Amino acid sequence: MTTTAAQATVRSRGPWELAFERLRRDRAAIAAAATLLAVGLVAAIAPAIATAVRHGPAQQFLDVGLSPSGIPLAPNTTFLLGTDSLGRDVLVRIAYGTRVSLLVGLLASALAVLIGTLVGIVAGWYGGFVDRVLSRTMDVFLALPFLVFALALVAVVGPSLTISVTVIAFFCWASVGRIVRAETLSIREHEYVQAARTLGASPARIMFVEILPNVAPSVIVYTTLLIPGAIVSEATLSFLGLSVVPPTPSWGNMLADAMAYYKVAWWFVFFPGAALVITTVAFNVLGDSVRDALDPRRDQAVPATDEEVS
Amino acid sequence: MTTSAVAPPARPGEPLVRLEHVVKDFPVKSGSLFAKSRERVHAVADVSLDVRRGDTLALVGESGCGKSTLARCLMRLHDLTGGRVLFDGHDISTSTQGELRPFRRRMQMVFQDPYGSLNPRRRVGSIIGDPFEIHGLRHGADRVKRVQELMELVGLNPEHYNRFPGDFSGGQRQRVGIARAIALRPDFIVCDEPVSALDVSIRAQILNLLDGLQDELGLTYLFISHDLSVVRHVSDRVAVMYLGKVVELAPVRDLFGHARHPYTRALLSAMPAPDPDRADTREEILLAGDPPSPLDPPAGCGFHPRCPRAQARCATEVPALAPCPGDAAEHLAACHFPVADGEAPAAAGSARQEAL
Repeated sequence: MTTTAAQATVRSRGPWELAFERLRRDRAAIAAAATLLAVGLVAAIAPAIATAVRHGPAQQFLDVGLSPSGIPLAPNTTFLLGTDSLGRDVLVRIAYGTRVSLLVGLLASALAVLIGTLVGIVAGWYGGFVDRVLSRTMDVFLALPFLVFALALVAVVGPSLTISVTVIAFFCWASVGRIVRAETLSIREHEYVQAARTLGASPARIMFVEILPNVAPSVIVYTTLLIPGAIVSEATLSFLGLSVVPPTPSWGNMLADAMAYYKVAWWFVFFPGAALVITTVAFNVLGDSVRDALDPRRDQAVPATDEEVS
Repeated sequence: MTTSAVAPPARPGEPLVRLEHVVKDFPVKSGSLFAKSRERVHAVADVSLDVRRGDTLALVGESGCGKSTLARCLMRLHDLTGGRVLFDGHDISTSTQGELRPFRRRMQMVFQDPYGSLNPRRRVGSIIGDPFEIHGLRHGADRVKRVQELMELVGLNPEHYNRFPGDFSGGQRQRVGIARAIALRPDFIVCDEPVSALDVSIRAQILNLLDGLQDELGLTYLFISHDLSVVRHVSDRVAVMYLGKVVELAPVRDLFGHARHPYTRALLSAMPAPDPDRADTREEILLAGDPPSPLDPPAGCGFHPRCPRAQARCATEVPALAPCPGDAAEHLAACHFPVADGEAPAAAGSARQEAL
């Protein structure tokens, strides 16, 4: 416990700071965070990479980038990770693809978490009719087949980044909503919520000042696990040609292009695939560590009535 | 801290809070989506009580007898199924939460569980400052200063302003809860089992704190407890509840000296004796069975299935809460066959049966 530290300083460390402290001591979390930082860096400096190797992301080197028989080049000093079927630099394309993946993954997750948290808290707090309507809505969203819906939507409005973000968020918010609703149902029975009511606090204040900080740990954990899911979904959509429009590179459409060449050009499949795997695994590892760090039962004296659904 | 100068004009004896025929039912939740539940739990069944200004009224009874539900109806945390709640003459039983806001400043609550009643993710300074925040009173440094004064008043170190509830012991947390409750200088505080979750060694401290605050701030308490030794220490009048009804209401001295209701007698006999050598001189009344389900309360007197004195009449006729023959008008009991002074409750029953 932190008793000694807390007594030495007037301002004690709160649950968040303690969780961060635990996270810092977790080697897996540090490794995952470092990996993600590196991935983020690659996305940020993608144009610099392109400038450095003097290959544009959509630039085709049909002469120097392909073998005389038209086969992609293996990794060499000019093309560090080889070339693709159109003689484009795989390294540069992966770097630019990272931007798409992270952008869609983070944006879609953020949108899903925002909507899901709001709907979940409102459903859990108000209960009754409001809860029934919102819960059934969430059930419907969870029952919709993702790919069929995505195909149909893209067929109508055409593929774009915005559509990818929308579609992914659209299919993820309901699961966030369910988790938040369940947590809210247990938290609203706590006496501190009753205490806020006896003080005359408004429903909005109770939902956002009393309940939200207590559902936040679960939401954060779920978000870190939602992001890799969203990244994979984006890759799936681009693989099927439903996301970013070629020639804009993304990991998914690179994999789709590479499908036909995997026997002759392993690097063409391997590097975008590896990027995808490394990123999602890093997010998942970080998510696990965050969950361990935020687990209130690990460090604080919490009575049995404080059982949280996680 | 200031003295009792700000206390409401003392008009002792006059009711500050009045409950009139309060009824609270809860529908029993059914698991299925479409099934409408028909069964209802009768948590509070027609309770009328006055809490007098400056007094402490204790509400005692075993778990599930409806005492907390009654308090939550009074605080309008629950809506009433029937009856009225009057606060200082105003009927608040049908007010909206918005209309209740001015009353919320005058009536507060101290909760049972010192772990559950403070949000673990907020600093205690901010928790105690909540009443000001919610009612838009005192800002910035003024609020901090006032919160620290309150912390001092309840015996907390004001330097602990920025700590989290998790850094405190149960007793200290209860002090935080009390500081929050008195922040707006209420007239009336419901203490819902404020010491039952605490170590015995700290109970007296918290009870003394509540007692001192009552004198200093001119507070009126409704004190809920299942512990009669605590009740004897703090209260002026005692209401005993059983199965959602008040079965006996008396000044504390009368209740402990001349309890009339067999249930009260049973509760009193279960009190641990302060002096073990004298313990065996008292007769312990063991009640048979469990309290009946409030889903389906027995007809007549709710206590009759467990009562050693029960007669045929008890199963059909609900006894009224009225003074027993020879008692002061203050002392009310709801029993057809009240226990006389010096009488053993169980024996009297059989004797009466022969007489009939």
